[in-house]
Amino acid sequence: MARRALLPEIIRHAVLIMGAAAMVSPFVVMVAISLKPPGEIFAPQFSLLPQQWHAFENYRDAFTRVPLARFLLNGFLVTFCIFAAQAATALPMAYALAKLRWAGRGAAFALVLLALLVPPQVPAIPLYIALWQLDLLDSYAAIILPSTISVFGIFLMRQFFRTVPDDLIAAARMDGMSEFAITWRIMLPTAYPALAAFACLSFIWNWNEFFWPYIAIQSEHLATPPLGIAFFSNVEAGTNWGPLMAAATVVTAPLALAFLLAQRAFVRGVTMTGLK
Amino acid sequence: MAEPLRRSGARPGARAEQWAAWLLGLPAFLLMWAMLLGPALAVILLSFTDWSFGEAELRWHGLGNYLELWGDRVFWVSLRNTLIYVGVSVPATVALGLLAAILIEGAGRGRGLYRALYFLPVASTLLGMALVWEFMLHPRVGFVNQVVAALGFARRDWLNDPDLALLALAAIGVWQNLGLAMVLFMAGLQAIPADLYEALALDGADGAWERFRRITWPLLGPALVFVMAIMAIRSFQVFDTVAVLTEGGPQKSTEVLLYTMVQNGFTFLRSAYGAAITAVFLAFTLALTLAQTWLLERRAHYG
Repeated sequence: MARRALLPEIIRHAVLIMGAAAMVSPFVVMVAISLKPPGEIFAPQFSLLPQQWHAFENYRDAFTRVPLARFLLNGFLVTFCIFAAQAATALPMAYALAKLRWAGRGAAFALVLLALLVPPQVPAIPLYIALWQLDLLDSYAAIILPSTISVFGIFLMRQFFRTVPDDLIAAARMDGMSEFAITWRIMLPTAYPALAAFACLSFIWNWNEFFWPYIAIQSEHLATPPLGIAFFSNVEAGTNWGPLMAAATVVTAPLALAFLLAQRAFVRGVTMTGLK
Repeated sequence: MAEPLRRSGARPGARAEQWAAWLLGLPAFLLMWAMLLGPALAVILLSFTDWSFGEAELRWHGLGNYLELWGDRVFWVSLRNTLIYVGVSVPATVALGLLAAILIEGAGRGRGLYRALYFLPVASTLLGMALVWEFMLHPRVGFVNQVVAALGFARRDWLNDPDLALLALAAIGVWQNLGLAMVLFMAGLQAIPADLYEALALDGADGAWERFRRITWPLLGPALVFVMAIMAIRSFQVFDTVAVLTEGGPQKSTEVLLYTMVQNGFTFLRSAYGAAITAVFLAFTLALTLAQTWLLERRAHYG
């Protein structure tokens, strides 16, 4: 193959580097501000590093003025419960849709496709009314319950299960395994790659979800990370940027780290069907 | 004569398989109705009543809410703003995402790094990053104004200017979704067989523009429609940045559909009116999906 011309390659990388700088600049600004004392934040010229380090004070304020650690804990609790429920309901349904013969399979799959078209904000008002009648508003249950089902997860796992050879299932039946045992002892282990991709997406969506917690939660101590940040920004009213940026850094860090560690699973999950 | 007898009862264990399938699917089926499809139907029914949150009785109101929407200035402003937001951010996201995908796909070294950096905003908490953008758009010390001033333009108060606030929010939307479009395009590009480019090179037409015009663009068609539909649906759901940065202002210039819905349905407790706005929102989303399907089918037949 011919060697590539040098000039187009230089232009290519120059454009890409400029674009990358623009994409990353908010993250850089966020971390930079979280290290600075108030006087330097409003300095007319932006500098990357502070002259006088104020990181400890900013991060301490972020954790003490609002229960930031509690927000993170809430975030992990909620995302974990949601994913556990989504996986527990989606896996058996996906197996039944992909591999079993039953009356109503076509209709059930059509229903899944129909539900995929409904944006997550559409059920909000009736769900709010129902949770109010059950006296569940402003609780963990209020955040978790509406997300316990993921039709996207069902769809993703069903597409994956269709690629699993029938012989594997036939052999398990010959051994006398029930369909339930097959779901959890044969299908679940084969599904780990797809499940990992789905776990990543479920984690991103539910960690970042703002719309529903904003509606369903009033108490500060129940806030998920994005809602907690919004509470904090209301209290500070755009004046105290150091601690606010420190809080934003803390909230963004788990996702950014998870993404950098599991980049392949993230990207595979996104491209598998194209999402939400 | 035992053989046919067995066959007439279908496969052995077929009944057991039916039962197992129903039981395996049941939890997901019930939750799907309880959390998604049921409430979606309920919202449409609710939009034909005049129920306010907490009232004891439910009264039929016919098309009353929709007639009120028709005469509601804020609703029209909100719908117009949402369409402008989608109309600005979707083409920009798709064009920049495609450019990034093509450049990164052809870059030998650093592909993984570029991909990670461009995708990072998709995986970050939009609400936290919205606050960073608020600081970056700060009229006096914001990074954006420093760049603008350095280029010789006038400084602006982006989020408090009725002419600029919606565009500023659209720019944040482009920044957030560009990486998603890029990753989807990269999957589409990888599906184009490499020998097509080699054949083009044998014909002597090997310029970057020729490669794009004669192979990439036509073959990327379905991916393009798909990415545009996803981006349009996502942009239609713009809410977080509005709720935390502008609250619909200044002078309703960033009032968008979901924000109007939340205001009516949850702040003013006008549940039925909020339900009618939700129904309009759902109708637009479904129309976008139908347009996507129609475009893809048309391409499949004549493309």
